[in-house]
Amino acid sequence: MARTISYQQAINEALAQEMRRDPAVVVFGEDVAGGMGTEQDKDAWGGVLGVTKGLWPEFPDRVLDTPISESAYIGAAAGAASAGLRPVAELMFVDFMGVCFDQIFNQAAKFKYMFGGKAKTPMVIRTMYGAGIRAASQHSQTLYPLFTHIPGLKVVVPATPYDAKGLLIQAIRDDDPVIFFEHKVLYTLQGEVPEEAYTIPFGEAEIVREGDDVTIVALGRMVHMAAQAADTLAAEGVGCEVIDPRTTSPLDEETILESVERTGRLVVVDESGPRCGMAADIASLVATRAFGALRAPIRTVTPPHTPVPFSPVLEDAYVPGAARVAEAVRSIAVKESV
Amino acid sequence: MTEIHPVGMPKWGLSMTKGQIIDWIAEVGDEIAAGDDLVEIETEKINGVLESPVGGVLRRRLVEKGSWVPVSGLVAVIADPSVPEEEIDRFVEEYRASWVPEEEGEEPAEAGPETVEVGGRTISYVRQGESGDAVVLLHGFGGDLGNWLFTMPALAERHRVYALDLPGHGGSDKSVEPGDLNSLARTLLGFLAVHGIDRAHLVGHSMGGLVAMAAALRDPRCVASLALIATAGFGTEMNAAYIDGFVRATGRRDLTPVLRLLFADPDAVTRRLVDDVLKYKRLDGVDAALRLLAGELFPGGAQRHVPVDEVARLEIPTLVLWGDRDQIIPPSHASRAPAHARIDLIEGAGHSPHIEKPADVNRLLASFLAGE
Amino acid sequence: MRTDLHVSGRALAKEDLLRHYRVMRTIREFEERLHLEFATGEIPGFVHLYAGEEAIAAGFCANLRDDDYIASTHRGHGHAIAKGCDVKGMMAEIYGKATGICHGKGGSMHIADLAVGMLGANGIVGGGPPLVCGVGLKARVTGTDQVAVSFTGDGGSNQGTFLESLNLAAVWRLPVVFVVENNGYAESTAPRFHQSGIDVAKRADGFGLPGVVVDGHDFFAVYEAAREAIERARAGGGPSLIECKVLRYYGHFEGDQQSYREPGEVENARATKDCLLLFERSTVNAGIVGEDELRAIDKQVLALIDEAVAEAKQAPDPVPADLLTDVYVSY
Repeated sequence: MARTISYQQAINEALAQEMRRDPAVVVFGEDVAGGMGTEQDKDAWGGVLGVTKGLWPEFPDRVLDTPISESAYIGAAAGAASAGLRPVAELMFVDFMGVCFDQIFNQAAKFKYMFGGKAKTPMVIRTMYGAGIRAASQHSQTLYPLFTHIPGLKVVVPATPYDAKGLLIQAIRDDDPVIFFEHKVLYTLQGEVPEEAYTIPFGEAEIVREGDDVTIVALGRMVHMAAQAADTLAAEGVGCEVIDPRTTSPLDEETILESVERTGRLVVVDESGPRCGMAADIASLVATRAFGALRAPIRTVTPPHTPVPFSPVLEDAYVPGAARVAEAVRSIAVKESV
Repeated sequence: MTEIHPVGMPKWGLSMTKGQIIDWIAEVGDEIAAGDDLVEIETEKINGVLESPVGGVLRRRLVEKGSWVPVSGLVAVIADPSVPEEEIDRFVEEYRASWVPEEEGEEPAEAGPETVEVGGRTISYVRQGESGDAVVLLHGFGGDLGNWLFTMPALAERHRVYALDLPGHGGSDKSVEPGDLNSLARTLLGFLAVHGIDRAHLVGHSMGGLVAMAAALRDPRCVASLALIATAGFGTEMNAAYIDGFVRATGRRDLTPVLRLLFADPDAVTRRLVDDVLKYKRLDGVDAALRLLAGELFPGGAQRHVPVDEVARLEIPTLVLWGDRDQIIPPSHASRAPAHARIDLIEGAGHSPHIEKPADVNRLLASFLAGE
Repeated sequence: MRTDLHVSGRALAKEDLLRHYRVMRTIREFEERLHLEFATGEIPGFVHLYAGEEAIAAGFCANLRDDDYIASTHRGHGHAIAKGCDVKGMMAEIYGKATGICHGKGGSMHIADLAVGMLGANGIVGGGPPLVCGVGLKARVTGTDQVAVSFTGDGGSNQGTFLESLNLAAVWRLPVVFVVENNGYAESTAPRFHQSGIDVAKRADGFGLPGVVVDGHDFFAVYEAAREAIERARAGGGPSLIECKVLRYYGHFEGDQQSYREPGEVENARATKDCLLLFERSTVNAGIVGEDELRAIDKQVLALIDEAVAEAKQAPDPVPADLLTDVYVSY
């Protein structure tokens, strides 16, 4: 039965339910069990933001703190998956991928292909991303395009508690390596989530708002900015269809294209950068596959091509907000009536 | 008639606090009969059409398309053409002045379904209505207690109404083993026993009607009456593609056309309805439950159980309702109802008249339950 | 005639000795043949040959079970053969053929067969040590007594992954053995230019692990060190580090001009401390194995390699549609 819990609780519940269901599921990462330095204080943290709290007391043998050695333990996840476990490794901030990217994109992602199909690597890397908590340049990036670029990886970007739970359970049961992006600003977001375990298939976009005038594609935290903009615009008589692809790899191209075929207008909102990011990717998809349907130029709303700044004033200017989304929509929606 | 009738935002389900006007169907000045479609309303859970509770002329539309209105907030006014405009305006003013919104604080306590243990299974249900005979509502294959959103409030005025999720459905346990008809009937009778209900009126839709009949055969004393809506169990024929498609569907694309078979008006299948069914189908255990039930009850795409003649011999008061445009179970099955049964065809409704034509169904159910 | 040879007081039966010899001879013949074939230009890409280091792969894998795992390096043919990968499938793979062990999608640097516990040769120096930590974790969590061995070169021993893995394996007390094949050169750079400290094995001290140095040309020295470390790991005693000092006979890759070598270095090693030579001397002199028995094995191995090369050359290429398969289990 559904009840209201937070995005963070939804993730915790998914982990707990899958660990109960399948003894091959193990959870490890920095501070996921302990974090206070002594044996007695284990589970005091349950991860730096408490997302894994409560797992260690229930599964003391399958929840492991790691050294601050991302190369070693992310690589270990790949090895463990090859040997039959279903590891869920936590890479605290995705910004830390710089020290373990090899284990992800040269090892885990490629085993199946390089080994002629005779391997599977069912591992999940949970990682925090996104700006908004004044964490500055090395703890705030939105780096899913880098992983989306790599064949062999699946990339998941849940925007709601419901999606977080269902997509994480799917990720754990999936036989391919999955990078699971959790936006730190969304952890407290509340939403209806069934108590039972459930899955959401990858590559199926959620239609967050229905509308006939403009298609807005947004991911992660930006889904909420887009929905907010859509509500504002609805009052102005502009109907926006807000599409959340939910996974960037695989990408539900069909839902995006179908919507643009109908609306003829596209705004893509993304917290990753403007160059080689998801906004550019989706704009390119529509331009190449649905050019004939377009009745206005495609607009993208992204941060600038800069690192994420620290100063609250600068960070707020960096992150796209609902007003910028609405502005982008208006810039292409009013054209026809002129 | 000279009365002025307010039309308020309905309350569809316990958690509903407000509704949005999607589109007006009736124009000001239109002659309206009771049950005619007035306005399309969307809530956080469901889309529905508000049907006029009374006959008359639509005199005022008080809310614009797109606006949200709290439950019981004034939406329209219906009155005889003879009522002067000033009187209507005064009525609206007075209504608004005296209108008290529902207290939000009270909502959460009664918002969600409750659960009860029946035969080792958790069964989820909702209850509405304080007095009167017990009425138990039984949804069909793949449905849940939410299907009775439009039915419950109407019946609850004079009855204690229970709507439950059958095993494998809604918020109830997803294990249905052995998944045969008797086990479902046992669960229903167990549910009555747990609540201390000696005798209940059973209202069953489709598979739920079959379960009601099976319960009546097991223990006729428990069943005060049977109201069977587009029921299974009157013949072997059925739309095999529906069951098969419903069980197999994994996404919006394949589920939407299947759900459209449920209604006369394909637009009744909203994105939200599809999403809700998908959310249900994606719960652990549901797929196995549906496959087991389908295999037990509808093997090879035909109905296994046709208990109607046996049930007829029990001489339990029976109402049979059928949408004349049912695409799942042929409306012609209505003719196989027991001789003593009352039969009504609902015009313009498909397999789910209680969702598509709730006013008609509510009126027929109310008069049947009142013994009229 | 004796029927066994004692190594540190433990008997090695004759049949086992012949088996180990066959493994080493197969690796040698495989690599020598590749050296010749590569020069003809028929083999795509590049290959890194293991000739000279056979005693290490053979000595360790002789102590492993089928359900144990190894992670290898870019110089991985020897490890693959010793762990039980199909020799003909390997040869076809190196030729890029559809019949290859990885259907032509991996090539020399990615030969793998999880079914025999071979986690793959690895194109990334230092890629293997974290992987075996994961296998060790699997054994720990599921309560098996499986062991995992990672092979790394002297070059790889300077990677963060190697040092991080020593620490992780020690902290988690994993059933893992780290092997460093110190073959004299990290690509073309000798240890004195890239390695601080004489012995990589000493680095184990800092992690509180046993670390030993053995002569990588001496099968029996390797075998004994491997046996001790693997038994300890299997019994729950945690990880160890073993450094095998050895010399590779060919360049970093085929085509490498090897101008960094001392004159006569390889010729001298081949003449005085070649692993097959040492093995033959010990076993034949001890009167356990007859020279004729070894020659018979040589002949069989040669025939196998001849067949492998001939079949690989004849084997069909992958078809273009194969490009798109095996990326995901489902997508």
